[in-house]
Amino acid sequence: MIAAVRTKDVRKVFTVRGQRDQGEHVAVESVSFDLEAGRCLGIVGESGSGKTTLARMIVGLETPTSGTISVCGIDRTSKVRSAGARRAWARRVQLVFQDPYTSLDRRQSGIDCLAETLRLHFDLSEAQQKVRIRELADQVGLTEKQVTSRPAQLSGGQRQRLAIARALAVEPEVLVLDESVSALDVSVQAQVLNCLADIQASLGVTYLFVSHDLGVIRQMADDVIVMLHGSVVEAGPTAAVLDSPAHEYTQRLKSSVPGPGWRPPISKESV
Amino acid sequence: MNSLLEIEGLNVTALVDGEQRPLIDQLSLSIAAGEAVGLVGESGSGKSMTARSIMRLLAKNVSATGSIHFDGRSVLDMNPKELREYRRSDVAMIFQDPRAAINPVRTVGDFLTEGLRKNTGMSKDEATTRAVDAMTTVGIHRARERMGQYPHEFSGGMLQRVMICSTLLTQTRLLLADEPTTALDVTTQAEVVGLLDALRRDRGLGLLFITHDLDLGAALCDRVCVMYAGRIVECRTAHDFYTHSRHPYSKALFDARPSVDQRVHRLPAIPGSPIALYDVGAACAFEPRCPFSVDACANAVPGLRNVNGGDVRCIRAEDTDTTDLVEERA
Repeated sequence: MIAAVRTKDVRKVFTVRGQRDQGEHVAVESVSFDLEAGRCLGIVGESGSGKTTLARMIVGLETPTSGTISVCGIDRTSKVRSAGARRAWARRVQLVFQDPYTSLDRRQSGIDCLAETLRLHFDLSEAQQKVRIRELADQVGLTEKQVTSRPAQLSGGQRQRLAIARALAVEPEVLVLDESVSALDVSVQAQVLNCLADIQASLGVTYLFVSHDLGVIRQMADDVIVMLHGSVVEAGPTAAVLDSPAHEYTQRLKSSVPGPGWRPPISKESV
Repeated sequence: MNSLLEIEGLNVTALVDGEQRPLIDQLSLSIAAGEAVGLVGESGSGKSMTARSIMRLLAKNVSATGSIHFDGRSVLDMNPKELREYRRSDVAMIFQDPRAAINPVRTVGDFLTEGLRKNTGMSKDEATTRAVDAMTTVGIHRARERMGQYPHEFSGGMLQRVMICSTLLTQTRLLLADEPTTALDVTTQAEVVGLLDALRRDRGLGLLFITHDLDLGAALCDRVCVMYAGRIVECRTAHDFYTHSRHPYSKALFDARPSVDQRVHRLPAIPGSPIALYDVGAACAFEPRCPFSVDACANAVPGLRNVNGGDVRCIRAEDTDTTDLVEERA
C-alpha cells in the first residue's frame, strides 16, 4: 500500500547570516516516516525543534536540502515552477495555520473565501458552488449567519473552523495542522478537536498534527514522533510513547505537564 | 490574616462609543504576604484587567471603582507621586511576552541597573554587582557577561528570567504575573514556575498568578479563583480544587482539557463560546452554556456563597457534584 506521506532522510539546512554566528543551521536532520492514509501522525517538539519546518516541507513551502518527500506516491521533493503544478500540489495537501487572526483575509466573508478556493480548483456552476459551501460550513459547524460574516465578526474558534473549511474545500488527501488549536481557549479548543475528529471519521482525511501540547497529541494522534533539535528522538504509537517514554527528553517533556498532583520542580537557586 | 492586598467590590468599566461597558463586576480578592493566588479564566474574562487595576495601569477610557488596598493604603486614591512610589517599589508585574516588555535597543544590563541608579542613586559598579547577583539567583549563568547582551540574544525563557530578576532588585512585595509562561515551551515553563514558587516562598512575596491553564494554576498556587465574563465564579484552595469544585464552569474546564494520560472517545466540550460581561445582563453569565441551568439562572446574577469549603457563584452548586470527573481523570 502507498503511504499518504512518506519522508526519507529529510534534511533541511538554513544558511544563517548573522554578526556572531555565521554558517549553517540544521533545522531538520534525517527524518524518515511513513504515514498511512486515514491515520493521524502527531509531531511533538518545542520551539526550534524543526517540527514546523518539517510541516512546511511537506506542504511544499520549503524544499528539503536532501532526502525525499512523497505524498500519495508522488514525489514532491523539488520545487514546482508553474502555477498549475503548484495548484495540483495544493489539491493533495492543505495546511491550517496556528493563528486564525492572521491566516484569513479580513476583507473577505466566509462565503467569498470558500468560493475563491472552489473557483480556483473546480469548475462548478453557481448553484453547485452554493451547495458545496453549505456542505463545508456544515462539516465544520458554522451557521449560515457565521459563514456570511467577515472574520472580524467571528470568534477565534469560529475563525479556525473557517480556516479548516477552506482547507477541506479542495478535498485534500492530507491535512497538515500546524499548532492549529494552540491559540484557542480550552473550552473552544475541545470543540474544534471534536470537529476535526468527526471530519476525519467521515472523510478519511490523513492528518499530520503538529503540536507542542502532549494532551492534544494524545487525544488526536494514532502515532507520534518526538523531535529535538531537528532530529527524531522517539517514535511509535501515541499511547505507548506517552505511557512509557523511553527517551530522556520525552520523559522530561511529559513530566513538565501540569496536572493533578503535579508540583513545579524545585528551583536550583544560585547555581 | 493580615492581607498585603485587599480588593473589595471592584468594578471596572470602559467608555466605548459613548456608553459605559462593564468589564469587571464586584470583584473581591485578597492576597497575603507569601501567598500565591491563581486567577484562571479564558480570554476576555477580565484576568488581565484585574491585574492592571491593581497597578492602576488602565487606559484613559477605563475607570475602576470600589476599593483596592495595598498594605492599608488605597491604591485608587493615590496621588501621582504616591502611585509612582508604589509602582516603583511595592508591586511589580511580569507580562506574557517578555520581548514586548523590554527595550530591544538597550542591553539587559542597562535595563536591570537603570531603576537602581535612578531611584536609589547607587553607583554604577554597585548596581551592576547587585544585578549580577540577582541574575545568578534566577538561574542565569555567566551573568556578568550576559549583562552586556541585548534582549534578542536571549531565548524566551531566559528573557522571562530577566524580567523576574528585575522585580527582585527592588523591595517588591507583590508580584503580578500575567500569563508569564504561556509563550514558553513546556519544559521551560516548568523551570520558570519553579523559580517563581521558590522566590515567593523564600522572600515572602505575594503572588497573583494569572493563567488560562487550570492545572498550572492549581499546581503553583495556594488558592485558585476562576473568572468568567468579568466575575469570579469560584474560589477555593488549590488543594481542594480537583475534588471539591462545584461551579459547572470549573468542572467543564477540567473536563474539556485533553489529558496526557488517556484518550477519550469524545472531549466533553463546552458548547457555545465565551461571552462578554456587557452582553450578559442580570443573569448568570454561564447559563447559556451550562448543562445544569434552570429558569432561575437567567433571572438574576447569582451571588458568591460558601459551598463545600469554597466560594461559588452558582445557585445549583449543591447539585453539581464533580467527584465522577476526578475519578475519571485520576
